[in-house]
Amino acid sequence: MANLIKNRRPAADPWQLLEPAADGGQPVIPPHGDIIVPLVTWLEQRDTLLSRSGRLGVWLDSDEEPALLGDDLRLFGVVAVNFSQFTDGRGYSIARLLRERYGWRGELRAIGDVQRDQLFYLARCGFDAFALREGEDLQSALSAFGDFSEAYQASVERAQPLFRRRILASSDGMEWS
Amino acid sequence: MYVYDEIDQRIVEQRVTQFRDQTRRFLAGVLSEDDFRPLRLQNGLYIQRYAPMLRVAIPYGLLSSRQLRALAHIARTWDKDYGHFSTRQNIQFNWPRLEDVPDILAHLATVQMHAIQTSGNCIRNTTTDHFAGTAPDEIVDPLVWCELIRQWSTCHPEFAYLPRKFKIAVSGAEHDRAAVQVHDIGLQARRDEKGEIGFRVLAGGGLGRTPIIGAVIREFLPWQHLLTYLDAILRVYNRYGRRDNKYRARIKILVKELTPEVFRRKVEEEWIHLKDGPATLIPEEIQRIERRFIRPQYRKLDLPEAGYTLALVRDNGFANWVRRNVHPHKVAGYAAVTLSLKKTGVAPGDASAAQMDAVADLADRYSFGELRVSHEQNLILSDVRQNDLLALWQEAKALGLATPNIGLITNIIACPGGDFCSLANAKSIPVAEAIQRRFDDLDYQHDIGELDLNISGCMNSCGHHHIGHIGILGVDKQGQEYYQISIGGAQGNEASLGKVLGPSVSQAEVPDVIEKLIELYLARRDSEAERFIDVVRRIGVEPFKECVYGKSHQEPAPRSRSLAAA
Repeated sequence: MANLIKNRRPAADPWQLLEPAADGGQPVIPPHGDIIVPLVTWLEQRDTLLSRSGRLGVWLDSDEEPALLGDDLRLFGVVAVNFSQFTDGRGYSIARLLRERYGWRGELRAIGDVQRDQLFYLARCGFDAFALREGEDLQSALSAFGDFSEAYQASVERAQPLFRRRILASSDGMEWS
Repeated sequence: MYVYDEIDQRIVEQRVTQFRDQTRRFLAGVLSEDDFRPLRLQNGLYIQRYAPMLRVAIPYGLLSSRQLRALAHIARTWDKDYGHFSTRQNIQFNWPRLEDVPDILAHLATVQMHAIQTSGNCIRNTTTDHFAGTAPDEIVDPLVWCELIRQWSTCHPEFAYLPRKFKIAVSGAEHDRAAVQVHDIGLQARRDEKGEIGFRVLAGGGLGRTPIIGAVIREFLPWQHLLTYLDAILRVYNRYGRRDNKYRARIKILVKELTPEVFRRKVEEEWIHLKDGPATLIPEEIQRIERRFIRPQYRKLDLPEAGYTLALVRDNGFANWVRRNVHPHKVAGYAAVTLSLKKTGVAPGDASAAQMDAVADLADRYSFGELRVSHEQNLILSDVRQNDLLALWQEAKALGLATPNIGLITNIIACPGGDFCSLANAKSIPVAEAIQRRFDDLDYQHDIGELDLNISGCMNSCGHHHIGHIGILGVDKQGQEYYQISIGGAQGNEASLGKVLGPSVSQAEVPDVIEKLIELYLARRDSEAERFIDVVRRIGVEPFKECVYGKSHQEPAPRSRSLAAA
């Protein structure tokens, strides 16, 4: 089982990730337990999914539109974004949209090709949970969040860009040289 | 020169630490080649034909003498004693060892330099006018805005894995010297009727396989909104740019496929959400950046001394150099000087470690310790006193840096080509040299007048062949190196893309073809004031085609047949 990091700590994973069947069809929905379903499954089997006993999560692929979740977001215990390859950067924008535009405050999980060297940027874009790719070293991954102590841009982690924070700091009497 | 503060410095140092660890894990076999590739590329490191190539960022082309000495030190210590200045105002080292790169980056950090995002599918080094801050035709000094964009783009968390590379150019003058029309984003700084600064925003321009002139997507963007608007453009590109085909992945393809109108609408729809948000710029930040720039302390100078004027009359060599390599300055008594890296027999843009050290000394003594790299691959001392020109010329001549060919046919822009680059179809450097030798006679060059000749070794167009008045492109013809020649391209305000003349020719034939083009031009120009590009625009490509290939190539075959039938 892959390592999960949540809020920068190793975490147990109660969720079962459902993927489309090999022929691309809908996954089989287990009657119990906490599941994360593909966006299409949610859109097509909404009622079935809502009548189950376990908690529900949804995952998006990088070419899927987070706006489709709309008001449904409140129904989920987790939202995940899939990186089929780590070089596909669309998930970074999707994460920011979920956090900054659609108001998602729950667990936002990166799944798929999730490696140590992308964690710092992923976290800045709003991911707080990371299902590491098979074979990733957990300790090394945990250290990734400290790769940089500062960043110029506005981000989900720090809504104020550096240039605004500098001004706040200098008005507090701090020296920034 | 922008001077880092403690945070700027720390970010660059932490980047070195991060890359050192990534390199260690790669060498230990923990990181695979596929996983390491994007990481090393975003730190400027390519694996090239013979060895890794390290591209170091020279943000918007501005260098201090201290930084240039550090580059010389790198060339001497870790490379083969030289570096190559590129068309994107960067410098490339062709022979470093992979294991040494973290040390090289650490050395760069000591002089406030880095190689962050000089390669890879991310926002690259921002480029600008090589006369920024000194040009008499400048409306807005672009340097502060370039530094703001440098900071915004450095380690931008959302845009590190774009569909493809992304280049931004900024111009603030009447005459565009930054090629803003052929960049992913071009920003033309201007002022509104109240004198407030803003930008005309172009998007979707570019060279490469599919050369396109950028579309204006906003006529005037007030400066406060610069970063939120860039965020909006990049987000639309990141989400909707094509990722299925590397050759269709640049933003120009997205803009073209959507149409500029639809693209603009998507950007504006995105921007509505970002506009006036926290990334909106504030005057305090503009002032803070401006204060961190060390600006030359110009003196009020007297008229040129008699010695200067006399030398102009007496010494033809000096006069030629002043005519070609000395450029007007906004401050009376000063001039900008191009040190040509286009001496015949030297690969265009190459400089030895000794030359770099010597140029650093010249910068200290003649130009406030600062210099620029131009996208035409030359070095520029931007603030030289007119009365020092003669002394500077003599010193530059002794260093082999005073070839008076700026704007002339031998000031060739060329990529490193097949001698170094693994992407190239054909060599560039020997072709450049053969042309320089053919036109070595200075009087002849001056007689031909202004002419941009650009050479790229492949379709990636690093040598900007599409916007050369004469463009030469290396192609592969059944395993043989051939060259396709185009004419009519231009950079600047009237940017245009060259048209291919006809079938490609062998390396040996290239100088002959160029000579034929020049002879026809000289025969057809109405005066010395009419440049090569003007004649091409006036009489069209056909007469040039005919003079190179003869009458038989003039008409396409089907049309000839129908004419014959009639």
